[in-house]
Amino acid sequence: MGVPTIEFPDLKSIPTVDQVGVEERAARFQTRSIKAETKLSALRLAVTMLDVTTLEGADSPGKVRQMCAKAMRPMPEDPSVGPAAAVCVYPSLVRVAAEEVEGSGVKVASVATAFPSGQSRMKERLAEVRWAVAEGADEIDMVISRGKFLRGDYRGVFNEIVRCKEACGEAHLKVIIETGELRTYDNVRIASELAMGAGADFIKTSTGKVQPAATMPVTLVMLEAIQDYIDRTGRKVGMKPAGGISSAKLALHYLVMVKETLGAGWLSNEWFRFGASSLTNDLLMQIRKQQSGRYQSGDYFSKD
Amino acid sequence: MSRLSINKTYKLYIGGKFPRTESGRYYELTGKKGEFLANVSQGSKKDFRNAVVAARKAQGGWAKSSAYLKGQILYRVAEMLEGRSDQFVEELRMEGRTAAAARKEVETSIDLFVHYAGWSDKYPALFSSVNPVASSHFNFSNPEPTGVVAAVAPMSGLLGLCSVVAPIMVGGNASVVLASSERPLTAITFAEVLNSSDVPGGVVNLVTGFADELLPVMSSHMDVNALLLCSDDAKAAAGAREQGAENVKRVVVKPDAPLEESPYHVMDFQEIKTTWHPVGV
Amino acid sequence: MAAERAGSGGGRSRKVAKKRDHDFVTGTSYAPAPESSAQVKIAKSYDLFIGGKWVKGSKRMKTINPATEKVLSEVAVAGPKEVDLAVKAARKAYNNVWKKMPGRERGKYLFRVARLLQERAREFAVLESMDGGKPIRESRDVDLPLVAAHFFYHAGWADKLDYAFPGRKPQSLGVAGQVIPWNFPLLMAAWKLAPALACGNTVVLKPAETTPLTALLLAQVFEEAGLPDGVVNIVTGAGATGQALVEHPGVDKIAFTGSTGVGKMIQRALAKSGKKHTLELGGKAAHLIFDDAPINQAVEGIVNGIFFNQGHVCCAGSRLLVQEGVADLVIRKLKRRMETLVVGDPLDKNTDVGAINSKEQLGRIKGLVAAGEKEGACSWQSGQRLPGKGYWFKPTIFTDCAQSHRVVQEEIFGPVLAIQTFRTPEEGIEKANNTPYGLSGGVWTDKGSKIFKVTSAMRAGVLWANTYNKFDPTSPFGGYKESGVGREGGLHGLAAYLEI
Repeated sequence: MGVPTIEFPDLKSIPTVDQVGVEERAARFQTRSIKAETKLSALRLAVTMLDVTTLEGADSPGKVRQMCAKAMRPMPEDPSVGPAAAVCVYPSLVRVAAEEVEGSGVKVASVATAFPSGQSRMKERLAEVRWAVAEGADEIDMVISRGKFLRGDYRGVFNEIVRCKEACGEAHLKVIIETGELRTYDNVRIASELAMGAGADFIKTSTGKVQPAATMPVTLVMLEAIQDYIDRTGRKVGMKPAGGISSAKLALHYLVMVKETLGAGWLSNEWFRFGASSLTNDLLMQIRKQQSGRYQSGDYFSKD
Repeated sequence: MSRLSINKTYKLYIGGKFPRTESGRYYELTGKKGEFLANVSQGSKKDFRNAVVAARKAQGGWAKSSAYLKGQILYRVAEMLEGRSDQFVEELRMEGRTAAAARKEVETSIDLFVHYAGWSDKYPALFSSVNPVASSHFNFSNPEPTGVVAAVAPMSGLLGLCSVVAPIMVGGNASVVLASSERPLTAITFAEVLNSSDVPGGVVNLVTGFADELLPVMSSHMDVNALLLCSDDAKAAAGAREQGAENVKRVVVKPDAPLEESPYHVMDFQEIKTTWHPVGV
Repeated sequence: MAAERAGSGGGRSRKVAKKRDHDFVTGTSYAPAPESSAQVKIAKSYDLFIGGKWVKGSKRMKTINPATEKVLSEVAVAGPKEVDLAVKAARKAYNNVWKKMPGRERGKYLFRVARLLQERAREFAVLESMDGGKPIRESRDVDLPLVAAHFFYHAGWADKLDYAFPGRKPQSLGVAGQVIPWNFPLLMAAWKLAPALACGNTVVLKPAETTPLTALLLAQVFEEAGLPDGVVNIVTGAGATGQALVEHPGVDKIAFTGSTGVGKMIQRALAKSGKKHTLELGGKAAHLIFDDAPINQAVEGIVNGIFFNQGHVCCAGSRLLVQEGVADLVIRKLKRRMETLVVGDPLDKNTDVGAINSKEQLGRIKGLVAAGEKEGACSWQSGQRLPGKGYWFKPTIFTDCAQSHRVVQEEIFGPVLAIQTFRTPEEGIEKANNTPYGLSGGVWTDKGSKIFKVTSAMRAGVLWANTYNKFDPTSPFGGYKESGVGREGGLHGLAAYLEI
């Protein structure tokens, strides 16, 4: 995929989005009925796409260690399930997480850039990115300045992303556009274009701190933006819906949407992630249900 | 010695012009006592065809003109009728009406145009709807003109003719009207009124002649969207409907008498268009 | 898109499923997800529903499942004698019961019918898909909800008709003869029956030859609802049965949905009597995509416009007109989208495009597609594999079409789209209107003023702007020009069943 060409998007050529149409389309994916081996393989796939996340003021090394254990071996009795794609933590806990998952293939992602609001000086935001990378983060989840965006300062937002990408060095950059604050699908589309044009490796819906977080139509708008971007530039960009995806059923609907929009080429954790804290166990319970035929109880699955 | 009067030549009215019939044919109209009144053009199939071409050309622009303008033009027709009412009374008398009946018919005709002038910007509101569909769409239905309408006017003369022309016209259609063969004189004078009332050429075309000959071509013409037949002849009506089926023509048959004033006569030559649009941001 | 099918789980330690066919990542299709047909009990044979009784026909005909070519049942064929019986039963019910009943009470019957249909919706949906070949997703999510909605909507009109037409006291007509098509068998029955009954008429309904079963099941619902005998009579059969109904002197009104050719025949047949009639006929709708359209939703609209119900839709957006600047983009996106359509078993919940309704219709589609290829239009089909048994046709598009091509001029009534380009709004409108049809049309643009300019210039009865193929009982439907006479649905649809 190579080094991205940094280019401010031609905003005039970006198609508008019809709200009713995109919501209808997204709803239609939910009528897909995923059964039997299709379902089991999709559930297993979903586990490998998890960015297992904790982003709380109360987070501690102990909490993060336990979460890492779960991410590496989601179903201890069946090592073929998982591992998750990454763990996602605040910068102060990156070192703990990195030590914990070392050698497991699970990546460490860190939010940065004054997450979740982004309301700080650029100097500090960039410093935070560098610090997280230095601590061992493989991936940086940055937030864009929504205030700037909503004022129409698209160039300003674009420049911020470019500078964060530089600050990331080798680390992958996920750009959180916080769709819940952008409000309209047209804004989501424009923000996605800015992020991709500025070199994002992934575009991501939400911080999880603002409602609504990820929705299927919002994600569809972003997937369509990716489709158009790759058609135009040949560069592949990943997608991460985050927040609000807590059931296996919904996760499968997302995967159907990815498959039917971008194709099977996006069906790996290199190109698609779920940002979620409580999705893991529902996926595991559904996998067990598919294997055993019994509906499951939460008591049999570890919370962390 | 009194002055020798100038007799009027009765011609057709097509595309805002007054041509003679291309066929060169005429028939003699005589009064009650058999006296010569006029030579009336006996319109041909080709005349009708030419009139349809003129109507088609005029229809789009007429339909697009504002309801306010259409209303004013119909009112202008009434004004012009009023101004020339003596002439109409005279012609109706020539055709056999009593003075009182002729006067009454002219006045009723004028009032009818005033009535329909007022409908121009009201019937669309009355017969439109905003439809509360269950999905997130704004949905509305409104009448639009059917297009080119051919009409066979009642035999009764001026009032019958006006009662046919006005509702078709106010609805934004262009028409080709076959005037009464028994009382055609006022028809051509009426055409002169139309021609001096800002009615765009081709919006109303008047042909004189005989239904026996012209009805088949009126009902079979593929570029005529609708036909109004004021006739009590069931066989003629059946033939018109059958011929009209070839292009799914809207064929409306009414008795051979002036139509009463009604917005439903306007609606006879309207199509309902329904438009959907999503509601979102 | 196939080129992107590289990775399987991003090199993670995913076990490869044994049946690779249905693996979510590497498989070529989803595992079957069949809707249960356990609830549907199809009788070995059906009689005619006349005067509240089941009456034997003069002959029998088979009805098959077009997806399997298996016989589902045998239904009676009504000859002139049985049609006469049905018209007399309807007349009797009209004179003795229905005409006299207060609108409020008539309405209650229709409300009951609506509720019963909601209760039995899934059963009806499955039967509809079995008899007609349409995907269960559509019969379940579109047809049946609309069927119930049509009865519910019109039920409420029954006691309010005096408010519908200013200055008039509308009266019922008497006996309505209704002939309906095979593309939306039950929905068309609902479109016809609900307003006719609400307006105080009784009915003789003739379902289509290839899809009689849901109408016969509907008769059971009328029985359950306690609808008085003879208010609705259902006579099955082919064209001759319809003709006998249309020509019956005891019928006061004819309502027909079907081809323009048959519509003209009906208009001729009614010429002598001058009977009131409404006709919903064919179409060749233009679907205009401007360069400022919300392109991705427009592509979805195009798909919905032409592949909904296998393209067996009179208002299908079968002529795509794309502004030149975005034509390549739209066609590329359209092809990609077409590859994701699931074609096959109508009862599979994932099926997007089901079976072609009949062998005859399949032949007609093939004939017109062959004509298109011969005339030099460039055809392209998506890559799905079609089942062996049954009648199927792949989603197909024609590019490089000229206005004069038959695939542009004639109604194909199948999953076949003819694509042309245009440069200016005037050219788009001119091409759109250059047809004897005028049922529907579509336009996609982000500019509000352009929408109104274009929709008002298009000579068609239903215009979808930035959407397509939407239906609602409150929304009048019907065509200009050779697409029909009269409207169905909404306030305006009532006029079809009333003397105003």
